[in-house]
Amino acid sequence: MHIPNKPDWALPESAATPEALYANRRSVVAGLAAAGLLPSAAAASTDVGALSPLKSRRTIATDETPTPLAAVASYNNFYEFGLDKADPARNAHTLRPSPWTLRVGGLVNKPLTIDVDQWIARAPLEERILRLRCVEGWSMVIPWVGFPLSALIKAAEPLGSARYVRFTTLADREQMPGIGFPALDWPYREGLRLDEAMNPLATLAVGLYGRRLPNQNGAPLRLVVPWKYGFKSIKSIVAVDFVERQPLTSWNQSQPSEYGFFSNVNPAVDHPRWSQATERRIGEFRRRKTLPFNGYGEQVAGLYKGMDLKKFF
Amino acid sequence: VPPAAKARQLNAPPFWLKPFVHVLVAMPLVWLTIGWAELLWIDQASLSLSAEPVAYTHNGLGLMALRTLVAVLAVTPLYRLTGWTPVMSLRRMLGLWAFAYASLHLGFYMLMELDFSLVLLWKEAMKRNFILFGALGFLALLPLALTSTRSAIRRMGGRNWQRLHRLAYLAGVAAVIHFILRVKGFQLEPWIYLAALVLLFALRFMPNRKRASRASRQPA
Repeated sequence: MHIPNKPDWALPESAATPEALYANRRSVVAGLAAAGLLPSAAAASTDVGALSPLKSRRTIATDETPTPLAAVASYNNFYEFGLDKADPARNAHTLRPSPWTLRVGGLVNKPLTIDVDQWIARAPLEERILRLRCVEGWSMVIPWVGFPLSALIKAAEPLGSARYVRFTTLADREQMPGIGFPALDWPYREGLRLDEAMNPLATLAVGLYGRRLPNQNGAPLRLVVPWKYGFKSIKSIVAVDFVERQPLTSWNQSQPSEYGFFSNVNPAVDHPRWSQATERRIGEFRRRKTLPFNGYGEQVAGLYKGMDLKKFF
Repeated sequence: VPPAAKARQLNAPPFWLKPFVHVLVAMPLVWLTIGWAELLWIDQASLSLSAEPVAYTHNGLGLMALRTLVAVLAVTPLYRLTGWTPVMSLRRMLGLWAFAYASLHLGFYMLMELDFSLVLLWKEAMKRNFILFGALGFLALLPLALTSTRSAIRRMGGRNWQRLHRLAYLAGVAAVIHFILRVKGFQLEPWIYLAALVLLFALRFMPNRKRASRASRQPA
């Protein structure tokens, strides 16, 4: 197995999560599965000032300047709320992120039904400042609050036959005005290979900038896979399923020649309609070079050893 | 008053018509200019042109080029439907606005993405269909802008001039295809522009009311 070198931003694991909680994570997650014991957090909204604060400890930092919150919360691709970048911030107030149930199932020993508010209240949250590179050629640096996806996976105890993880977004016409229009085949679905999902960089985010996620950013719970194009980082997740075969994912299904299942950030593989060699960091006017795996190659390149990344784009 | 002068007077557009349309069409450009002035000299974090002002500007200029193109193609059908002659006075100015927005759209792309390299532009156009259609649309507008003067009409003769200026439809269709090929997923907006173009083209085949009425007055 490939053992990634620790990058300079990485803190020792013991600093990331208190020892007791770390040792006890399974019971922490299991405890969260029990319903209705804690008051739910204030409903998230499009108004970032109104979101409840979250306590976390920073585990992944960067010397890059984070993208201002106002930009992060106003420039979004979330087609369930409209196709324009400004639409989600305008329309996502109809989403009700609390209470929210996440179902974890498929090929697992322990199917889970999780009350997300309770989870957020109890889970040891980390702040992870990560780059987000959109397939459209823009990027941001975002201080997410969340926890490693692997914590959830370990709690569910996938069976040996589980090789992929499939994620599904809510598709509720009543809460999501964009669902009425077939821009994509709803509900939005994404997927990872199990070893990708277990990589320590794969994050389940519940907040950003120290507060719960704004609705337009995928409240209350979203995936953050910083070495892949942004559309892999699925928002407002209602289901996580462990499956044997590579799941059909929304963009891949809609335009397989343009959006691969893996969709690792790769400056050497152009999107058929535009170059991926460069990107524009939000807040800057000139384009900058795009890095392989969005600069996280040291941590993730080993996952793809021996694979032709031009073929499996 | 001699009858010819009287007819000119009757057909002359009301004094407000051209300034009004100029202001209307120029508004997005003014908005973009103010936005960029704010970004560059007042507040770097301003979101008035969204968090990605480059894409916002680029898309805005392109959309205005397409909208003015549809508008100019609507002038003659509108005249035929209403018989209101003054509307015809808008044709040249709308056409030149369409060309202006298309030039700004292309120029901004060259500036921000290609560092004004024609070689890169050529490569992009050869590699990517949507750039090719955009370039085609622009190239179709170019001779129209160059022959937009009265003297050009005289030089070419009305009939040839009219024939050449049918390129406006080609420009419109190329622009819409450019738009359709550019968007992600299935989006309705570019198809609405295509429907508008098709409708306007179909209206060309309506009987010309002046010619028709003149013909009907002629003895059988």
